Amino acid sequence: MTHHFPALLIIVPLLSALIVSAMGWINRRWCFPLAVAALSGALAISVGLLTQVMATGPIAYKMAGWSPPIGITYVIDYLNAPILVVILAVALLNLIAAKTWIEKDFSEKIGAYLALYLLFLSGMVGIVSTGDAFNLYVLLEIGSLTGYALIGLGKERAPLSSLNYLFMGTIGASFYLLGIGYIYIATGTLNMADIASMIPQLAESGTLFLALIICMAGLFVKMALFPMHGWLPNAYSNAPSASAGLIAPLTTKVMIYAMVRLGLTVFTPQFTFSRGMLSEAIVWVAVAAIIAGSLLALMQRRLSRMLTYIIVAEVGYMVGGFWLGNEAGVTGATLHIINDAAMTLTLFLAVSAITWKLGSDKFEDLQGLFGKMPFTMMGFVIAALAVIGIPPTCGFFSKWYLITAGINAGQWAFVGALLFSSLTNAVLFFRIFEIAFFEPFATGHGHHDHGPTFSEAPLTMVVPLIVAAISLIALGLYSGDIVTKLIQLAIPAGIA
Amino acid sequence: MELLYSIKPLAAILVSFFVVPIIFSSKSENVREAWTFLAALLKFAIVLSMLPFVLKGGQIAYSLVEVLPGVAIAFKVDAFGMLFALVSSSLWIVTSMYSIGYMRSLKEHGQTRYYACFALSLSATLGVAFAGNLFTLYLFYEMLSFATYPLVTHHQDKEARSSGRKYLTYILGASIGLVLPAMLIIYTQTGTFEFAPQGFMNGAFSKEATTVLLLMFVFGFAKAGLMPFHSWLPAAMVAPTPVSALLHAVAVVKVGVFCVARVITSVFGTKMLATMGLGTIVCYVASFTIIVSSFIALSQDGLKRRLAFSTIGQLAYIILGIALLSPSGMTGGMLHIAMHAFGKITLFFCAGAIFAASGIKNISEMVGIGRRMPFTMTAFLLGSLSVIGLPPLGGFISKWHLVIGTIESGQIFFLFVLLASSLLNAAYFLPISYKAFFCTDEEAMFEKKVDEVPTWCLVPLCITATCSVIFFFYPQPFLQLAKMTVATIIGAPMP
Repeated sequence: MTHHFPALLIIVPLLSALIVSAMGWINRRWCFPLAVAALSGALAISVGLLTQVMATGPIAYKMAGWSPPIGITYVIDYLNAPILVVILAVALLNLIAAKTWIEKDFSEKIGAYLALYLLFLSGMVGIVSTGDAFNLYVLLEIGSLTGYALIGLGKERAPLSSLNYLFMGTIGASFYLLGIGYIYIATGTLNMADIASMIPQLAESGTLFLALIICMAGLFVKMALFPMHGWLPNAYSNAPSASAGLIAPLTTKVMIYAMVRLGLTVFTPQFTFSRGMLSEAIVWVAVAAIIAGSLLALMQRRLSRMLTYIIVAEVGYMVGGFWLGNEAGVTGATLHIINDAAMTLTLFLAVSAITWKLGSDKFEDLQGLFGKMPFTMMGFVIAALAVIGIPPTCGFFSKWYLITAGINAGQWAFVGALLFSSLTNAVLFFRIFEIAFFEPFATGHGHHDHGPTFSEAPLTMVVPLIVAAISLIALGLYSGDIVTKLIQLAIPAGIA
Repeated sequence: MELLYSIKPLAAILVSFFVVPIIFSSKSENVREAWTFLAALLKFAIVLSMLPFVLKGGQIAYSLVEVLPGVAIAFKVDAFGMLFALVSSSLWIVTSMYSIGYMRSLKEHGQTRYYACFALSLSATLGVAFAGNLFTLYLFYEMLSFATYPLVTHHQDKEARSSGRKYLTYILGASIGLVLPAMLIIYTQTGTFEFAPQGFMNGAFSKEATTVLLLMFVFGFAKAGLMPFHSWLPAAMVAPTPVSALLHAVAVVKVGVFCVARVITSVFGTKMLATMGLGTIVCYVASFTIIVSSFIALSQDGLKRRLAFSTIGQLAYIILGIALLSPSGMTGGMLHIAMHAFGKITLFFCAGAIFAASGIKNISEMVGIGRRMPFTMTAFLLGSLSVIGLPPLGGFISKWHLVIGTIESGQIFFLFVLLASSLLNAAYFLPISYKAFFCTDEEAMFEKKVDEVPTWCLVPLCITATCSVIFFFYPQPFLQLAKMTVATIIGAPMP
């Protein structure tokens, strides 16, 4: 049984998507518990895989028993095992938190919505666990198409934003597919391990280098690296709350995982970082992304839109750290995939709870929120501290590695951009805290005994939020273990 | 040196969370404040229980989790940390008592939040005191910044908001912008953060790089209030007076100087700084702050603002003492952490008492107030004498060591700085007491009727004033702890 865990990881959400969708016709009340059960099962499997990898090393699974290069392999190693756990945990927490939203927004279509939700996850989980470069494209499309639908289900401008996302996403995916074509031309295989084994002989190959550039360009569009980020803010901020809390933490991070996977174990670090010009140029783009994302976030007047631009800046963190090409940078980028997923989840859960109670997330409507929703705000504050990068929250530690990488590489612009972004984040969040804490201003000397009345979001929203917030501190305290027992083992030799 | 592994340091830090139940008992004031007292007393008791062992020359260590390769959240109680922990945990008890009187008599809002944040701040303060490495120090330093923000902005009005902004901009901006990169640069070169009696830099950096790093730390720990990173401190005086008293005369600002002292002694190492001649640079920065802040204090009419500028000057004394790098200078600097704390907290308590009893904030309106509040103003006089550094008060002892330190290190210039500053201190403090007691009947702004503040406010300030006197005659265990710290640093036998 445990032997088939890698396959079950995809099959459980995939099949349960079908069951949930069918259940939508029979008895709608069962849809939600079924989805929760399916995700809990998948999460348990991923935890099982993680412990197995930590105990005995990477696992390669041949789908249907076919050997590569004909068959498709699924590989669970030190790099993706923790990310799988994070993805499923994020999805489960968000699903529970979104219960009230889903019941309100999609009461008629609950079966269909949850089926999309689960399909999206099977795509994400598949991308992360596959060992086949073309299979990654297929799963990318599953994840993307369901993602467009999950966003497009929203109100008002959501369908338009989703369409815009669809155009950009398709361009990105096409680039990736084109790159895979070139890889196939150069190597004659699509299996990641096979490609990697041939790279040393093809070190001078122009075709392969072009493939690297085109694949990366495609992924950059999909992860919304500045200046190709235009689709992201609208898509994420207009999406229904239930979808935003799923897609915002996961999509960009999974794309970054794909970048890391391609760079480290497909093209191998020797080849990926062989052209100094390319690496340097990408780091500069990342610097621009960090600064632009931070500045654009400053210009927003809506909480969810502000967060989307913070995501744009965070993408810059990870892309820049990875392309610095040294050990600290790759470690930092990988650690930040995990941490940023958790931070973004916490922030979006808080926004979802706030929007539920207030019907809006405009800055001017947030007055007196510390009094009204103290628990939600407590979670929000912890997430904000993590994004600013205050120890012992997890955001500090990944930033630590990223800045160290900048210092080691002598890339001071990147170091400066990270510090600038930390300080800007402090401004961004304290602006919100000020509104929520000080306003409405009391008359006289501030002796308002009758503050805003307590009216917290439902428990199903607040409890997942608090769990997510606590996980930010737990991840921070355990970052030493995550780095030494997982990430460092995942980094292949040959990185300075 | 004896090393003991014990969970006590962590317990002392976490005992603050005993006040968590107050969130649920906010309906009843008495229950809420009972929890605060319980936490404060327990904290003091735990700190005190570690004192005998530390006085025997031992150290108590505890390591929590390894968060970065080779870097753990770790605690180590040594003589210097113990000195600071004793000061802050004992004064928390007194301040809690004072808070009750002050907050109730002014009917402040949000008192539950107030007591909770107060407890959290003390937790962070002890974390700094007991930090075993630079990372842990930084962690609790930042925690303190955030825990004190709701206290500084307690009134939740526009003035509080702008002061809060200033507070965080300086403190957080400096720590993220200067300390964090400096730490990272040191870590990439040395690969460790573990404090060592002679520092752990071991000549990993050139003299120029060391100078830059040292200044990044000295200014980056902006809670120490060295000019030009000082102006958050007067702004933060909008906070309720007990907050100003404990946090801005004791915990927050002393955390700043404590961090600077720790970094100078245990990261850079006094020997290395002495060979490179870098202590003198810090001395000049501190001297500049001492003199300028004293002149600014002279011109302030708001009592709390005058006290704030006085604090800025006195903090620079401590840094000056440490940066002299001579045994007596360092002893004086460390001792001044304790002596100034007791003196200055008395002054703040008095300022708050005057405000709570009469609503007056400005010195020019306090003519003759000694007739109405004799106890408060006597305590005020004692507190100011201690801060000026006159016998028979504790402040004299620390200043005496500082003066000896300047002579010992052969830097007579700083001797004149200290003497000039003492004169200035006298010039801005003594007129307040003089006007309070000695004025003609026509000038007096108050009736002769004695109308003191509630006992809850009066008792604490009498206690701290009495302590200031006692420390002149018996400056233990602080003097002993300071001497032991210095002995460890210079490698001399334990006193």
